[in-house]
Amino acid sequence: MIKIVKRDQPSKAIFFFTPVLAIFLTLIAGGIIFYILGFKPFEALKFFFIVPIADKYGFSELLLKATPLCLIAIGLSFCFKSNNWNIGAEGQLTFGAIVSGGVALLFYDQEGFYILPIVILAGAIGGMIYASIPAILKTYFNTNEILVSLMLVYVSKLILDYLVVGPWSNPEGFNFPETRQFSDSARLPLLFEGLRIHAGIFLALAAVVISWFVFYKTYLGFQMKVSGFSLKTAKYAGYKGKKMIILVFLISGACAGLAGVGEITGPIGQLHREVSPDYGFTAIIVAFLGRLHPVGIIFASLVVAITYLGAETAQIFMQIPKYTGQVFQGMILFFLLASDYLLFFKFKFIGSKK
Amino acid sequence: MIVDINFVGLIVASIMASAVPLILASCGELITERSGVLNLGVEGMMIIGAISGFALMTVTGSLIIAVFGAMLAGVLISTIFAFLTQTLITNHVATGLALTIFGIGISAMIGKNFVGIPGKEFPVLFEGLKDTIPLLSPILFGHSIVFYFAFALPFITSYFLKKTKIGLIVRAVGDSPEAASNQGINVRFVRYACILYGGAMCGLAGAYLSMIYTPQWIENMTGGRGWIALALVVFSTWNPIKILIGAIIFGGLTIIQFHMQAIGVRIPVQFLTALPYIVTIIVLVVISRDSRKIRLSTPSSLGKSFHKDN
Repeated sequence: MIKIVKRDQPSKAIFFFTPVLAIFLTLIAGGIIFYILGFKPFEALKFFFIVPIADKYGFSELLLKATPLCLIAIGLSFCFKSNNWNIGAEGQLTFGAIVSGGVALLFYDQEGFYILPIVILAGAIGGMIYASIPAILKTYFNTNEILVSLMLVYVSKLILDYLVVGPWSNPEGFNFPETRQFSDSARLPLLFEGLRIHAGIFLALAAVVISWFVFYKTYLGFQMKVSGFSLKTAKYAGYKGKKMIILVFLISGACAGLAGVGEITGPIGQLHREVSPDYGFTAIIVAFLGRLHPVGIIFASLVVAITYLGAETAQIFMQIPKYTGQVFQGMILFFLLASDYLLFFKFKFIGSKK
Repeated sequence: MIVDINFVGLIVASIMASAVPLILASCGELITERSGVLNLGVEGMMIIGAISGFALMTVTGSLIIAVFGAMLAGVLISTIFAFLTQTLITNHVATGLALTIFGIGISAMIGKNFVGIPGKEFPVLFEGLKDTIPLLSPILFGHSIVFYFAFALPFITSYFLKKTKIGLIVRAVGDSPEAASNQGINVRFVRYACILYGGAMCGLAGAYLSMIYTPQWIENMTGGRGWIALALVVFSTWNPIKILIGAIIFGGLTIIQFHMQAIGVRIPVQFLTALPYIVTIIVLVVISRDSRKIRLSTPSSLGKSFHKDN
């Protein structure tokens, strides 16, 4: 007989092993789903996970998609570590894109080295402003941040829609819902000729390094960790809870805003209706899969980015609906959460000694 | 200016119709939350219900199979959530989010073959009485059975929670799982049941959208209604009767927005569309400001896992 017993301490080895297990289980479940839908499972999985990154163009696309995911997830890890459920990163990304896009449009007919830094800064500020709304409402009005940050996602997308259809639409654009093209000085430089990967990746890497430093080398990082374990303990220790809530929201808003800047000044080069294919939501999965650890998040963002590319490739080559990507993302999170069970419990054969 | 009194009645009826999915989903989620479980997967369960109902209706041709099938689909998808949060003790918030992402993805995947197919007419009750009483007739008569059920549900839910023994058990489990467990109540079983019931109601809410309200399948057709339903539960301070009021307000916002566009009010469409979301935020702020009241009415163990060592 097998009995389930509680571990005295969560296992550290399993903590980093379960994300791998979750990915493996997702692949198996994905194969089964493909089979049910009438596709050859191995061929479908190959088109989903291997073909898209088999050449250097594919690899550049992978990094292009992983960049915003990594950036946002790093920001979210500040919130999640300290028990703040910011799930509106998509809105903060959109608002960051709106503000930085607006600034970029001011300079549309100008060139100059000073333009890009201003545009980037504007995006970060935009994201921070938008993230401050749920933060302030949570701290001063006791309002549920999950619902507020989520409602604001819908609002931000409608603001964007209004701007690109109305006041900001390109005067020479035949009424297409898009703005003018930004000037070259407002664009993030491309890293390689002919590939779409751009300098935004350095923003993501900088965020990884800074967050690692803050988490593990500063007092703030320690405070966040304690608050994450137990709000009561944090209170007894005399941490300024309200200040920290606002701070973590601002950090995560800034990261999401920067991801928005990366999208519009990188591959897109203008504002239009869809600046993000739900990167803000997917980044939540990335943050969990990466165990809220900066290095883990890098790997997780690459893995999850494949689901975006795989969905496109599988659609083109096998007519597999592109939403399969989302199904995979949901499953990864399910399996990850489920395998956490192994963190706290272990299977024991009855009769054996403890 | 002469206002046709029956026109007013029609507007009220359309407001009530748009409140139906909110009432159904909120009342389901309310029971789940009353047992101490926070399921953020409402949006995902609704969209699964929407596609299941529409697909079953198209394939089998039977409305009854479709409606019950949609509820069953809601139950099945919420079983994943129940198994994870109750048996494997996972975090409620993260699991609920996964459920929503998964639900939206899988519904679009299934729904691919059903885009552009026209829906079927859903039978309405009391159609013959439609012209009998001015003003009231369009409000009272000529609606689907789901409509009448939705408006009865808050009262049934209230009665269930306050007056029945099972309702008392649900509340006990939500307010103090330890005490309930010591009384010999199987906390895990009660929570499983409440989660599955919530799933059934969300499935029904989704089926109402795709089969009755706008009889067709559109990707992502729930459009955030699941999240508004979650907000409504907070708005109601976990009191089913107040869900009715909240749902009517939000239904009203949706309908008024259409009419303002139709009369040509000079406000951008996007602003009007954003109105329900903005109002939700404002309402949440107003309700939550009184932290004492919120603390008193929130199920004490909401969102906290319960594990009995054995």
